[in-house]
Amino acid sequence: MASKAMASNTVASKTLPSQTLPGGALRNIVPPIVLALVLILCWQGLHLATASGAISSPAATLARLVVLMGSSRFWLDVAETGTAFLWALALSIVLGIGLGVVLAWLRPVGEVMEPILVTFYSLPKVTLYPLVLLIFGLGMPAKVAFGIMHGLVPITLLTRNAISQLKPVYLRTAKVMRLSAFEAVRSVVLPAIIPELVAGIRIGFSLSLLGVLIGEMFASKRGLGFTAVNAMGLGDLDTIMAIGLFLALFAVLANGGLLSLERAIRHRSAGR
Amino acid sequence: MTVLAMASRDAPKAAVEPPAASLRGVTRHYRFPGGGKTLHALGPIDLDLRQGEFFSVVGPSGCGKSTLLDVLAGLNPPSEGTASFEGKPIAGVPDGIGVVFQEDASFPWLTVEANVAFGLKRAGIGQAEIERRVDYAVGFMGLRDFRQSYPAQLSGGMRQRVCIARTLVLQPRLILLDEPFGALDQQTRLIMGDELLRLWRETRATVLLITHSLDEAAMLADRVGVMSARPGLFIDVIETGWSKDRDSRIVADPRFGEMTGRIWEKLRAETMKHMQTQGAGPR
Ligand SMILES: Nc1ncnc2c1ncn2[C@@H]1O[C@H](COP(=O)(O)OP(=O)(O)OP(=O)(O)O)[C@@H](O)[C@H]1O
Ligand SMILES: [Mg+2]
Repeated sequence: MASKAMASNTVASKTLPSQTLPGGALRNIVPPIVLALVLILCWQGLHLATASGAISSPAATLARLVVLMGSSRFWLDVAETGTAFLWALALSIVLGIGLGVVLAWLRPVGEVMEPILVTFYSLPKVTLYPLVLLIFGLGMPAKVAFGIMHGLVPITLLTRNAISQLKPVYLRTAKVMRLSAFEAVRSVVLPAIIPELVAGIRIGFSLSLLGVLIGEMFASKRGLGFTAVNAMGLGDLDTIMAIGLFLALFAVLANGGLLSLERAIRHRSAGR
Repeated sequence: MTVLAMASRDAPKAAVEPPAASLRGVTRHYRFPGGGKTLHALGPIDLDLRQGEFFSVVGPSGCGKSTLLDVLAGLNPPSEGTASFEGKPIAGVPDGIGVVFQEDASFPWLTVEANVAFGLKRAGIGQAEIERRVDYAVGFMGLRDFRQSYPAQLSGGMRQRVCIARTLVLQPRLILLDEPFGALDQQTRLIMGDELLRLWRETRATVLLITHSLDEAAMLADRVGVMSARPGLFIDVIETGWSKDRDSRIVADPRFGEMTGRIWEKLRAETMKHMQTQGAGPR
């Protein structure tokens, strides 16, 4: 036992000095950093290429973002958008999973509904905005509704798909154990489709955020989307770019987090 | 007595004892998708499973063995005829029946331990009792070193053992096993057969075992039901007459060769009919 540990120790220290723990961490961090640098260079290039600052430089954007982040108005906007987004995401997840389960359960209904949902989803949703405004008026509910319009369908379809691909023997096992329908969903169906659900939530996450922001541009007097549109009216390019940068950083970080969660789940249950 | 043993049913096995399960004129037809034509998969079957007996079923692939098991488990209602368990007609899955399916049904998102405890947790059994039963079953199935592993880290045969353990801890009075050792090599099959016999003696459960292996059927069972090609019928039910404390060493007994010979004779014609060879060739 001890000699084995020693042997593996010496092997590690002899041949792989740089590939122990810090090396592994480096390997995970380096590609994103390189990618970020390349993106910043492209951005700078675009800034130089476009005439008279149609695109702000990275430095100017960053400076503007720092100023913005020092103002309380900005954080009010973030809170406003964040609240709408969290509501939209939570409702998209709950309704999407619920609807997905129902559509998978009632297979004929699901088969009819699937193409309808896909068609609805491929529709430019801008065309529906007047309708949403008519129903909800200006303000938070309309913004949340826009978010749900974008986030709900992908989560529903992914959930339904994951359930219909479920191994039938899992459901038969649930039946033999005499589980109620509710118990079967809770303790067999949901855990079985968790990796797909997390993937669906990841996609729904980005889309709900997009929906809320677009909603704010049309249907609100507050929030980051509104402030961006307002800045556009004033020709304040740096502010638009700064808000964009802020949102992009947030989306990339959240997406990365959800992606590693998804990988961890898949790895545990399906990987070898 | 071990924790897997059930409340004692000490009455001696007598002819008057009612059967554990019985099928009367059971058939099963499947509808082809779309067209109105149906596939006659099984029956008519008349069968009484005696209380506490070990019954093996052999038959060519596709003859309806899994369908028969589904009917007994209440997963699949018969098209005609009646099925009953402990005197009551089977409608839905009856309490007291445990099933190990032909496919791997271990839950990949749970550890071995959690898989085995799965049914117990939902049956509202106390934590201490769950731990005792899981401990026993995991040891019994030779999975002690893998309690914290996930099914993806196990071999196919080990996963099937997880499923067996998961069923056994529920202490079913009728255990239905569909090719549980299909993923195992011959040696391990024999050893697992011994374990199954030990378990059967301890629990006094009634066992129905579907298998492709004639040796397995002949060694384990009190009676071997030989099925015809589809639609599956019992063309013969052979009494082995082994003593209750038999084990795999019986394969060295000359009577054992005689027994497999008899089963094979019945099966050969059926199997040739459909040119479907199973893992049970002549020997
Ligand atoms: N759900 C189903 N729908 C339609 N046909 C089915 C269904 N299940 C089984 N069958 C048909 O019924 C017949 C018997 O199937 P079954 O699975 O019972 O055979 P089996 O004896 O268990 O075969 P094997 O030894 O290969 O497992 C087959 O011809 C099969 O195609
Ligand atoms: Mg089968």
